[in-house]
Amino acid sequence: MNPPMITEHAIQAAYLAATVLFILSLKWLSAPATARRGVRCGEIGMLLAIVATLLYHGIVDYRWIAIGLVLGSIIGVPLGLVQMTAVPQRTALSHAFGAFSVVLVGTAEYYLRAPNVPGFTMAVLAIEVILGSLTFTGSLMAAGKLQEVLPQRPITYKGQNLVNLSLLAIAVIIAVVLVLHPHRMALFPLMIILPLAFGVMMIVPIGGADMPTVISLLNSYAGLSAAAMGFALDSKLLIVAGALDGSSGFILSVIMSKAMNRSFTNVLFGAFGQVQASAAATGQARNVRSASPEEAAGILAAANSVAIIPGYGMAVAQAQHKVRELFDALVRRGVDVKFGIHPVAGRMPGHMNVLLAEADIPYDRLLDMEEINPDFPQTDVALVIGANDVTNPAARTDTASPIYGMPIMDVDKARTVMVIKRSMSPGFAGIDNPLYSLDRTLMLFGDAKGFVGEIVKELAGHAAAAH
Amino acid sequence: MPSDLITSLYVFVLAGFVGFEVIRRVSPLLHTPLMSLTNALDAIAVVASMSNVVGGFLITDRMLGMFKASKAKKRQ
Repeated sequence: MNPPMITEHAIQAAYLAATVLFILSLKWLSAPATARRGVRCGEIGMLLAIVATLLYHGIVDYRWIAIGLVLGSIIGVPLGLVQMTAVPQRTALSHAFGAFSVVLVGTAEYYLRAPNVPGFTMAVLAIEVILGSLTFTGSLMAAGKLQEVLPQRPITYKGQNLVNLSLLAIAVIIAVVLVLHPHRMALFPLMIILPLAFGVMMIVPIGGADMPTVISLLNSYAGLSAAAMGFALDSKLLIVAGALDGSSGFILSVIMSKAMNRSFTNVLFGAFGQVQASAAATGQARNVRSASPEEAAGILAAANSVAIIPGYGMAVAQAQHKVRELFDALVRRGVDVKFGIHPVAGRMPGHMNVLLAEADIPYDRLLDMEEINPDFPQTDVALVIGANDVTNPAARTDTASPIYGMPIMDVDKARTVMVIKRSMSPGFAGIDNPLYSLDRTLMLFGDAKGFVGEIVKELAGHAAAAH
Repeated sequence: MPSDLITSLYVFVLAGFVGFEVIRRVSPLLHTPLMSLTNALDAIAVVASMSNVVGGFLITDRMLGMFKASKAKKRQ
């Protein structure tokens, strides 16, 4: 064998090894105990793949690659070091970067090969460019909404879905025309511009509570566009990586939409925030009982078991470290403290778990909705911090409620319910929550961080008095 | 259709199934790290998305470093 052949075989072997390492990496990510090994595995696979790519003899100029590597790493390090509360917008931004590079590569491939592009290649390039473009602007919009640079409330207008679907439909028609007549080069830019516009319009009507589903969907699109790029470049490694990312995003979207009892089409075209305005107006004023931090601390100190249900409000108030102090204070008193986490709590899948893990709360105390729900009837106190719709018992009983059928945390079955909330204003979706007017419910009005802090202080006082 | 494209299709479909089976088992506890990791993986081959490679691995590792078992459990 001549030397270039040996190099070629070595490159292919390295890619195959990287593929295996990527799959093992995801396999080990399934449990916290092995998860970090999984990340190491992924990193080694990535290193192998990058080194193998650099050995490729077709590379003309290494200077551009060096610039790319350095520039990318300079942008990447700050993205890897963001605050845990900012993880959703970070994730959306990196979907945008990924999609952007996919579109650039697809465009370059087309103009290198045009006008004689084989039909199949043109089709995968079209899929790559359309999915990549709409993921790029869609993810930027999502990041903007999450960072609160853009208005978070859904914006809707008449005929919105028709406009959006037409944009996408025209892009698909152009793609078909290009597959049949790849020499019509003037059409190619249109196939980028229309999905770019669609990406923006798609996110305009989406509100904060739907973000977990939308981020997962965008994740799936980003993976599929990368896989399409693998077809266009004939890179098996990229096809595998894209397929893994695509299926991961898809599975997460299914889990998220099931947790909201909604279909994909409903999430994307339903504009959640609008319908409920009328539902909220019908809610008559009811009596609610409120309690002070002293009273709340007294009830918590007397409890044997406490379940804490965090929501996006906890993240907004940055209350996770105070919650950890409360957890410590109660555990020291021998109280059994668990956390119940709804799949769509927060702004992306697993958001609450990451925040609580950051605050050093042991992960075996964090339970899924299915795990914790049967325990509520035996729980002395359910403490809801910054969560609203996921605790709304109307989802079980009220067929007229917009969230009817959504699986919820059964906090209303606990012996005592305490809800930390700024005011009685309805939650994101504007739905009246009957939980607040139950006899066993105590409202704790105030900022999540401040209120939990005061409870911790009171508990410390109790402890000092007892000694 | 050329045979290498058919091979690619096989790779895609099989990888999709492997991905589905492997990822289905990921605990909901780790859904955020899962998304950042797959994000880093699929940024492969595009040197321009080095930002995602570096940032993705870095943040995934940081997140996972935070998940600790309670002390009692560690002793078991």
